Amino acid sequence: MAQLFQTSIGRKVAMALSAIFLMVFLLQHFTINSLSVISPEAFNEVSHFMGTNPLVQFVLQPVLIFGVVFHFLMGFILDIQNRRANGQTYIKYNGAANAKWVSRHMLLSGLVILGFMALHFVDFWFPEVNIKFIQGDWSGTAEGVEGFRYYEELRHKFVNPYRVGAYSVAFVFLALHLNHGFTSAFQSVGSNWGRKKVLQTVGLIYSYVIPAGFIGIALFHHFTH
Amino acid sequence: MRLTLKIWRQENAQAKGAMVTYPIDNISPDMSFLEMMDVLNKELIEKGESPVAFDHDCREGICGMCSMFINGEAHGPDRNVTTCQLHMRKFKDGDTIHIEPFRAKAFPVIRDLVIDRSAFDRIQHAGGFISVNTSGNTQDANAIPISKHAADTAMDAAACIGCGACVATCKNSSAMLFVGAKVSQFALLPQGKVEAADRVQHMVDQMDLEGFGNCTNTGACEVECPKGISLENIARMNRELLKAKLF
Amino acid sequence: MSTLNSNVPEGPLKDKWTNHKNNIDLVNPVNKRKIDVIVVGTGLAGASASATLAELGYNVKTFCFQDSPRRAHSIAAQGGINAAKNYQGDGDSTHRLFYDTVKGGDYRSREANVYRLAEVSANIIDQCVAQGVPFARDYGGLLDNRSFGGVLVSRTFYAKGQTGQQLLLGAYSAMNRQIGRGKIKMYNRHEMMDLVKVNGKARGIIARNLVTGEIERHSAHAVVIASGGYGNVFFLSTNAMGSNVSAAWKIHRKGAYFANPCFTQIHPTCIPVSGDHQSKLTLMSESLRNDGRIWVPKKLEDAQAIREGRLKPTELAEEDRDYYLERRYPAFGNLVPRDVASRAAKERCDEGYGVNATGDAVYLDFAASIQRYGTEQAHVRGLDENDGALVKKLGKEVIKAKYGNLFQMYYKIVDQDPYETPMMIYPAVHYTMGGVWVDYNLMTTIPGCFAIGEANFSDHGANRLGASALMQGLADGYFVLPYTIGDYLSDDIRTGPISTESPEFDQAEAEVKAQIDAFVNNKGTKSVDHFHRKLGKIMWNQCGMSRNAVGLQKAIKDIQELREDFYKDVLVPGSANEFNEELAKAGRVADFLELGELFAKDALERTESCGGHFREESQTPEGEALRDDVNFAFVSAWEYTGKPSEAVLHKEELKYENIELKTRSYK
Repeated sequence: MAQLFQTSIGRKVAMALSAIFLMVFLLQHFTINSLSVISPEAFNEVSHFMGTNPLVQFVLQPVLIFGVVFHFLMGFILDIQNRRANGQTYIKYNGAANAKWVSRHMLLSGLVILGFMALHFVDFWFPEVNIKFIQGDWSGTAEGVEGFRYYEELRHKFVNPYRVGAYSVAFVFLALHLNHGFTSAFQSVGSNWGRKKVLQTVGLIYSYVIPAGFIGIALFHHFTH
Repeated sequence: MRLTLKIWRQENAQAKGAMVTYPIDNISPDMSFLEMMDVLNKELIEKGESPVAFDHDCREGICGMCSMFINGEAHGPDRNVTTCQLHMRKFKDGDTIHIEPFRAKAFPVIRDLVIDRSAFDRIQHAGGFISVNTSGNTQDANAIPISKHAADTAMDAAACIGCGACVATCKNSSAMLFVGAKVSQFALLPQGKVEAADRVQHMVDQMDLEGFGNCTNTGACEVECPKGISLENIARMNRELLKAKLF
Repeated sequence: MSTLNSNVPEGPLKDKWTNHKNNIDLVNPVNKRKIDVIVVGTGLAGASASATLAELGYNVKTFCFQDSPRRAHSIAAQGGINAAKNYQGDGDSTHRLFYDTVKGGDYRSREANVYRLAEVSANIIDQCVAQGVPFARDYGGLLDNRSFGGVLVSRTFYAKGQTGQQLLLGAYSAMNRQIGRGKIKMYNRHEMMDLVKVNGKARGIIARNLVTGEIERHSAHAVVIASGGYGNVFFLSTNAMGSNVSAAWKIHRKGAYFANPCFTQIHPTCIPVSGDHQSKLTLMSESLRNDGRIWVPKKLEDAQAIREGRLKPTELAEEDRDYYLERRYPAFGNLVPRDVASRAAKERCDEGYGVNATGDAVYLDFAASIQRYGTEQAHVRGLDENDGALVKKLGKEVIKAKYGNLFQMYYKIVDQDPYETPMMIYPAVHYTMGGVWVDYNLMTTIPGCFAIGEANFSDHGANRLGASALMQGLADGYFVLPYTIGDYLSDDIRTGPISTESPEFDQAEAEVKAQIDAFVNNKGTKSVDHFHRKLGKIMWNQCGMSRNAVGLQKAIKDIQELREDFYKDVLVPGSANEFNEELAKAGRVADFLELGELFAKDALERTESCGGHFREESQTPEGEALRDDVNFAFVSAWEYTGKPSEAVLHKEELKYENIELKTRSYK
């Protein structure tokens, strides 16, 4: 096993597995967020469950954090290795002739997403950690808010148009990242599904619908505030 | 046709190279790209200058020797051809053409457009074979039927000419299409399955040792491959390696 | 003139090889480790020999001028490899393959060698399948066959249109295994510059590292030349640009006799020359003649109109086409042997029926096959057989599956779609049956120096049948030389390592260096290619598809003058101690300039017509080749004495004990 990850292919399999894991998480995250548009109560319920369930908090959350950190660190490491393999660069290189822009710029789209995540953590995750782990408040309620606080906090965040703008831009890059990443992950783990029309279509739908959905949710809250 | 050529000149492996501009005239659209280079070299020789060194041999797209990076693409703008099969009719009168060697750290320049691709050979030494002696005392060729599909797929993988266009065109200088093709050819045939696990591990280890980059599935290699080797071969190699390491 | 001893073993033909193997000396495994063998060239013959010798335990040093052994020109062979497997149950047998090969070679090959070739042919297929060569298979999973020229059975195994590639990669993979084990030491980008003889025996070579220019000495107990043919003496040929005669010529100069240099194969189906800039010619596989029909217009005015672009070939009615091969040779039709097909094309073009701008091309038409296959497919799939467009589409799919890569290659070069309009083809130099003279053991007249594959002369007589070159290369390398070389080397088990510090090596190296210095310092005015092209023109015009005494005498004179001019005026830029392709080419062209003269001399001497050698003075009233078995049933083996013009002829009598000498007829 350890031997596997010492090979170039092993590393790319690891990269792909973390990607597939993150894509599943993204789908879950998106589903919960969608509830905020349909039913604030349901959103609050689920958010509270996710925020307080010990399995989620103490098992899944660390796994997720590991997955995220692993994915971007590995991304950097592989990119550095790949650059090193290049040697002298071409005077003229027509990358557009044979590969899609998105596939050639995963690092760029990844970096934008990483930047977004910093913002996202400042917005949501750090306050949550602060409330739950530092202040020790696991009630899910806040002063002046009826029932659970999650929905109101979410609404509050999307008042600022700059934040909404930043989120939207980041999601565009997420779409680009997924556009290549989805099928690429299947190829990397040795599956030919990534080459099949069906999965390519699913990938295409996934890579556009989810980021567009996130943008839609942000805009919805911004304009209905 | 009248053209402007910008060609990478580098005296030897240690020297620092640079692009040099050469105007050239009276080029027929029916010429092959290398015949155009022949014309240039003839002119250079007769002027007392040193001709442009480039690799070439069969000039019919099968030996895999020719290796030019033309206008930013391995083997130039045409598809499913090697440099030697590229014809000048693909260019327009007055064009400027950039010609560089295939570049990768694992493919050092020997001179001008000539590169050292022995890394490919060493990968094959590591496991690109079936361990059977050439005594002729093997079983009858028809003893093991092989499905037409498997034989054809193996043939498609085996069509690789080892030119290195995949590495040259890959933004990561990855050799996985080349290695994947060889691993696939043998993995698809019953004769090759016996030592498939050892083969893929040895070849991948050597590939890593040579300093090729990693695959990010951009698919550029498949597009530029003169023999149209499919990306599926990389997936198959990944699969084979996983199988070998995990089971 | 002396008579050569071919060392053919006694006994009935079919037992000769078995008995010989049983009786020759062997080297035990421990002693093999003390013996070094040099192999020059890594085509099918060289690669297979290197791999097998290394497997047996010898220390092998292998040289090739390309950057990898896999690039040798065997890789370009397209159509297939013959073997007497009789998988099709169509009456094939070792004897029939033997007979076809001797007959195809127009009775100028050595019976015993050809029989041995046919005998081991089946092993080759077994061997290659075991190595992972992906031969074409049918739906039942068994091997498929196609038919080639000059035979009435289907015995050709193939891997799409890339059979040579797959076989070479198979042999290369066997080499890789031995390189990985350290039993073969591979010298890529190295050129053999000379043979070193010690006490009359081949004991090493001088090689030049083509990257650094360094001159190196390599010793061995035996030297194997597997450097291919010399078709590039014509400048334009289907050979690779680097293919050369130098290794073979160097050993000729050191005492190896050169046999039948004038026996050259002109392949009928090549893409025609398009202009003066042309650097090489591209073959369209003979397998195409399975499905393509060759024709020219019946009327001169139609041919004229086509040449001027006023008429398209597809517009010409069936009755206005002359399928001249089917007309002249009804039994074999489009699948007559190569020499016959080539001459027939030349005859039509010389009469003014040629179809491209230069008038030197005939059509190879697939329309009928597309129609036939399409109808068959429509029938199989239960579709409408009368739907013209559908039938055409289905037919094209079948043709594409069979010859897709060739059609694509044609399209890229000529810029015309052969699915829609007939291909234009014309004969071109392709293979040389002549080569270094070897005995039954494949040893040259220099003890310890062997020649295998196309480099020797032994199996194809005056004309080679399609798909037999691959067979011979692998037979020599895998199954013949590894046995016979042991017989020679069994005397060398006590010799110990050969030193490279000897006067013989000193002298050989000094000569090589002197020649290189002479080229670099010559500072003439014309490039090497200039002379090579001129030589090619002389050869093609006087020593091409048809030859006569006056032309050949002129060729000899012209080549002598050209050679003189070459040494006076050749310009080799750069220095000796660097990567210098012009310098490498200069050495090769120098050798071609000598070989060309011997070639013409040999052709002049042989006043009969046979196989690929057609003397205008010797033909039947219908214009077919007229052999002279009374005076010319021998192999001409030339001994070098300082100049090609003074080469001495030795004859090896050809005795046919198992085949009756007959006039070859494909009617």
